[in-house]
Amino acid sequence: MALSIDDIRRIAHLARLTIEEQDIPRYADSLSEILDLVEQLRQVDTQGVLPMAHPQDVAQRLRADEVTETDQRARFQENAPLTEAGIYLVPRVIE
Amino acid sequence: MHDLTIKQLTAGLRAKEFTARELISHFLARIERHAGALNCFITVTHEQALAAADDADQRLRAGGGGPLTGVPFAHKDIFCTGGVKTSCGSRMLDNFIAPYDATLVLRLREAGAVMLGKTNMDEFAMGSSNETSYYGAVNNPWDKARVPGGSSGGSAAAVAARLVPAATGTDTGGSIRQPASLCGITGLKPTYGRVSRYGMIAFASSLDQAGPMARSAEDCALLLRAMAGFDARDSTSIDREIPDYATGLDRPLDGLRIGLPKEYFGEGLDAGVAQVIDEAIAGYRSLGCNVIDISLPNTGLAVPVYYVVAPAECSSNLARYDGVRFGHRCEDPQDLLDLYQRSRGEGFGAEVKRRIMIGTYVLSAGYYDAYYLKAQQARRLISDDFKRAFEQVDVIMGPTSPSVAFKLGEKASDPVQMYLSDIYTIATNLAGLPGISIPAGLHQDLPVGLQIIANHFDESRLLNVAHRFQQETNWHTRKPDGFAE
Repeated sequence: MALSIDDIRRIAHLARLTIEEQDIPRYADSLSEILDLVEQLRQVDTQGVLPMAHPQDVAQRLRADEVTETDQRARFQENAPLTEAGIYLVPRVIE
Repeated sequence: MHDLTIKQLTAGLRAKEFTARELISHFLARIERHAGALNCFITVTHEQALAAADDADQRLRAGGGGPLTGVPFAHKDIFCTGGVKTSCGSRMLDNFIAPYDATLVLRLREAGAVMLGKTNMDEFAMGSSNETSYYGAVNNPWDKARVPGGSSGGSAAAVAARLVPAATGTDTGGSIRQPASLCGITGLKPTYGRVSRYGMIAFASSLDQAGPMARSAEDCALLLRAMAGFDARDSTSIDREIPDYATGLDRPLDGLRIGLPKEYFGEGLDAGVAQVIDEAIAGYRSLGCNVIDISLPNTGLAVPVYYVVAPAECSSNLARYDGVRFGHRCEDPQDLLDLYQRSRGEGFGAEVKRRIMIGTYVLSAGYYDAYYLKAQQARRLISDDFKRAFEQVDVIMGPTSPSVAFKLGEKASDPVQMYLSDIYTIATNLAGLPGISIPAGLHQDLPVGLQIIANHFDESRLLNVAHRFQQETNWHTRKPDGFAE
């Protein structure tokens, strides 16, 4: 499965990753090789096999809809790159 | 002091042969002397460790304390440690001070263990050689030109060089067992769900599991007892009683049925490694075990399945790193898209980007069924192989890794070759089974690990089988040269 330069650009965009132009061919090669490895799965007969998402096949545990966490915004925002008055700042999105 | 086991250390502390302060100072001095050459630590928490040591001494004087009071250890830098940098080996989190403690961090502290620092690792635990770390590769203490394995390479190297008696690790596809094998220590990956994932930075949520890395099965038993247990904060945590792993260690192995999967001894296995494993199996025979040839026919699918499932989960988990709320943020973003793309492009290294892109691709419209759904179906086939095998045998044995530690740089530019070095460890993660790697011998003066796999929640059996081997042999006490002082 060979991925083209354009495929890499499209995937990188979907993943919101800047990939330097000169690195794109290298990613195209290595990702294609990884997909070649994965291609082996196509030959496997999986008809009627239930997909396995969790090693123990248990159902998701639910909890009561109650407030269990206290407000720790100030503490968490100590790690934020840019805040103002308790708000995370990003470049303007609405003109 | 640094050659004592955890059991001996706790006994020595309680008998007042040495204080926790003396013990912690001794190990901190060793870290200062040797950690630089191995590059196995990202952060050393010198002052906090000494303060915790004084606290431990106070408790011990008062006749109190927990099962591990005063015992030094290190955390893999994937666990959130409140107030301490938690980088996950990535530039993305180089500036991240964890605002809370992981459940495992809390539990070990409550048991009295004293953290000396945070160990180096492959970036976001993605790697098998510790070469993808933003902080540089870790060197194997047995030969500094070789890799320690990964992703818990810093933990393995630190324990092997006796810079700490134990360390925590995480294992998504072999990241505890493979470095344990390559560095000649004992590393246990528990059953999925046994140890809480809360506060453990996520890579692939259906595979990630934390466990102990130490020098013996006995020490791993003491550590696992402290680490494991139900946690309401981890939605996949399993609510099951935690046995006292230490009490069952001496059980005789008469009649134990050991399965040898033929697929683990085929093409690709180094002949020298195979010989060491054969000798270890012979040792088990003389302990009264029955060795049975078995087959895990879908073993060949494990690596392909893993490289769909793990990247898919990784691309979702790592979507949280957006340069807005924490982590690396690029300079002068032009707009929101630029902020996301450049922050992520600069913050992540090449291997992490590769896996995010593979995951994004296999989950993208039109490819989901062909890749992701197919891989989940094949995952069940792999799991069913083990189910059938455990109707016949009590444990499964084989090599942990197809080769001894390889040279730094040898596989770094070839992702597929690197992935294949986890061929014997990945299937247990896919099936959620517990596995342990113990030192079984040397080949070309480098350690070889024997992998033992048990059924779900049968860590007691695993530790018992490992411990009996370590009572009969001394491979686990072998250590690399150059770290005596």
